[in-house]
Amino acid sequence: MSAAEKRAQATPQAPRLATYAKNTWCPGCGNFAVLSAIRPVFQQLIASGTRPEDIVLVSDIGCNSKIMDYIGVNSFDSLHGRSIPTAVGVKLANPDLTVVVHAGDGATFAEGLEHTLFAAKRNVDLTLIVHDNGVYGLTIGQAGPETPAGYRGRSTPYGHVEDPFNPLELLYAAGATYLARGYSHGKELLKRLYAEAIAHRGFSVVDTLQVCVTFRDMYASYNERVYELEGHDPRDEEQARAKILEWDYRSEGPVALGTFSVRDRAVFGDQFLEYGTRSLDTDAALEETFADLT
Amino acid sequence: MDSFSVLIGGKAGDGITQAGSMIAHLLNELGYRLRTYVDSPSLIRGGHNFVIVRAHRGRIAAHRDHINVMIALTPDTLERHEWRLKPRPITVFDNQTIDPTSLPSVAHPVRTGIPVKTILEQEQAPSVMRNSAILGAFCKAMAIPWETLEDVIRRYQPKQTELNLRVARRGFDLATEKLLIHLPGGGPRPVMTGLEATGLGLIRGGLRAYAGYPMTPASGLLHFLAREAPRFELKVVQPEGEIAAVMMALGHAYAGERAAVGTSGGGFALMVEGLSLAGQAELPIVFVLGQRPGPATGLPTYTAQGDLHFAMSAGHGEFPRLIVAPADVEQAYAWSTFAMDAAWKYQMPAIVLGDRTLNDDAQSFDRDAVPDLPRLEPRLWDGVPQRSADDVPVAAGAGTGAARERGGVAAGAPPPGDEGLAYKRYLFAEDGISPLAFPGREGAVVKVNSYTHDEFGITTEDPELTVRMQDKWNAKGFALAEELDGIQQVYVYGDPDAKETLVTWGSPTGAAREVGELAGIRVVQPVVLWPFPDRQMAEALEGTETLAVAEGNSRGQLARLLEQRGFHIDGRLLRYDGRPWGVGELRRQAEEVLA
Repeated sequence: MSAAEKRAQATPQAPRLATYAKNTWCPGCGNFAVLSAIRPVFQQLIASGTRPEDIVLVSDIGCNSKIMDYIGVNSFDSLHGRSIPTAVGVKLANPDLTVVVHAGDGATFAEGLEHTLFAAKRNVDLTLIVHDNGVYGLTIGQAGPETPAGYRGRSTPYGHVEDPFNPLELLYAAGATYLARGYSHGKELLKRLYAEAIAHRGFSVVDTLQVCVTFRDMYASYNERVYELEGHDPRDEEQARAKILEWDYRSEGPVALGTFSVRDRAVFGDQFLEYGTRSLDTDAALEETFADLT
Repeated sequence: MDSFSVLIGGKAGDGITQAGSMIAHLLNELGYRLRTYVDSPSLIRGGHNFVIVRAHRGRIAAHRDHINVMIALTPDTLERHEWRLKPRPITVFDNQTIDPTSLPSVAHPVRTGIPVKTILEQEQAPSVMRNSAILGAFCKAMAIPWETLEDVIRRYQPKQTELNLRVARRGFDLATEKLLIHLPGGGPRPVMTGLEATGLGLIRGGLRAYAGYPMTPASGLLHFLAREAPRFELKVVQPEGEIAAVMMALGHAYAGERAAVGTSGGGFALMVEGLSLAGQAELPIVFVLGQRPGPATGLPTYTAQGDLHFAMSAGHGEFPRLIVAPADVEQAYAWSTFAMDAAWKYQMPAIVLGDRTLNDDAQSFDRDAVPDLPRLEPRLWDGVPQRSADDVPVAAGAGTGAARERGGVAAGAPPPGDEGLAYKRYLFAEDGISPLAFPGREGAVVKVNSYTHDEFGITTEDPELTVRMQDKWNAKGFALAEELDGIQQVYVYGDPDAKETLVTWGSPTGAAREVGELAGIRVVQPVVLWPFPDRQMAEALEGTETLAVAEGNSRGQLARLLEQRGFHIDGRLLRYDGRPWGVGELRRQAEEVLA
């Protein structure tokens, strides 16, 4: 019996969801934490009854998006900034699918900002995991929408002059109904947040402070400042807003981790749910339309 | 009369387009075949709008420049269109805005004026109902029975129907009967725009979802599909822009639902990255591209054929595509179904290339004239695990030959990953077509990728796999061209043996067809423009001594394509003022060039 067969026999309910692709992230990359948090979440979903065939991962462009090569589930690697509208199409086509988007801060808040805000506005039932490292890694270190002023990279050799967005504030205003922040040191919290976000019905976002060790190593700074939210009621709008505004993504000071805000709103796509419940005779319906046009 | 044209003109915002559509419905009820020509500037109020409705016993797909009936709500309608009047024209006019003495002096004038303002005041009707009054007068003048008008108003004026009927009746009673028309009989036919025909064709082709951002001349498809959505269970979405639209459609395609997008040149420019993604990821999608004069904003509400080369070469990288350019509603219906079927069989983008004239102007739909095209079936995965690369034939003529692979899937290697990826979304096959499966399919992990990838859809930078994938896409293009060769893609009209040939494409074909019949010349229309039907084109042109190309652009884009394919062009008829050719005008120009 091969090692693979032994493993398959030992845990028939927990597929490894692996592939043969060689991992090419830098040693110490924050993406490893995201990968090792999301895979057990998928495995848990499968163990509790979700068909593995019904999980779809939609990824963007950049180091983060290599994740689609490493997880053995359905995946659509889209274009830069376009993973969200791609995922919207997938979800509208088949609402039975669990659709999770992996994208960087560049995709989410620069190239694809319009799509992020509209997914939040419409409250599409998707989970967006932002690999937020405040830098363009794969294109070797340029400043991005979440890069604080002062950062020196190849496109800002004399120091970046812009301040970043507060992504949670932006997404809250746009109408996202689940907002959380995680950190790539802290796999257990990430697992909890990803599981919660996927279980949430509506547009859920986990802004993951995912450190790029090569171009913007924030581990020392974050390690000192992060804390987990306690006694916070994410359904209380006042508390949610206060915690969202506590850190502006540029200042020194405490960085809260956990679930900031949960709201309930109508979900985009529900207007199509009644489709498929009656038998549709397209030829007969075409005749009706021809008659209407006569 | 067997054949006549009616013009109605007035200010934008007066509901001229709607009135034109009512006239079309009226004449349709009487059994005529119709072609409308709408000219409306890009503004909501003011300016001059006009509609020409041409009625004919036989099949037509073009307007005529000259008119038999003028319906004038404003004095400038008379001034602008006096040149169009045929001998013994009938003029129906509002005698409170137009002084009868100012009417053009023609021999044997046949005129009837009605006091529109007074009618509206007496009936306490809003000013938009002036059209109902004038339509009443028009029907009386043409001896169209009141009952026909009443039926049409009841059907197409759902708002304030009774009041509209009273106003129309006053117009009818106050006008004088001028002409008895001989009804062609045969009953009404469907009347639709090119976009409506395209929508119906896509639906017949299995359309499930449509994403569109408003842009003339494509919005009509968004409106039509939104209206028909409940009947056909269509998921119609108006997203945040054209980029989102194309990405959503590709998401639908990945998940197994047939989807289309529609736009004009500027929106298509935004969609081009998605077009390229469809090429790399091998996702089926239909683009409905409505041309208008460019570059940039251009003339938003007018017509052009300036985007043929754009449609042919849009998208970075090299990948196959299908481009069809229907001439009329029957072709739009048939070839839109084909475009959807072909996109799904060959897993590639298809473009239905129309223009403002085809897309937005209504014409009669003749079911007997719908081209009979085969329905193509997609190749679906049979569920048998595709375990290794060596259970698959190496594509014939593939760039590198031997399948020595490194980094990717080694030939004969065990299934990658413990679970084994049993399904290869990009299985190599001789004709380049890999069997399809969609997320949710038992036993399949379906991976599509914008990066260069291996058969499983896993990213690769391997040079040999890169070549094999490119060869795979190219093979699909060759397979499509071969299938198309067995289907009639080039239509010949007029005198098929004439030595003088006019080649055209898209909406000018309607006028060209009549020119061919009237002037005894050969008219040739390729409906598929890519892959170019070389063999069928050569066959259609056999015996030609003088060849001219007529098209709606300034550089002769089809002419250049023909030259590239080895055909000799003697003359070019190029129109780029935003307006469509009428039959007479095209005839004069064609005879000059071909003489």
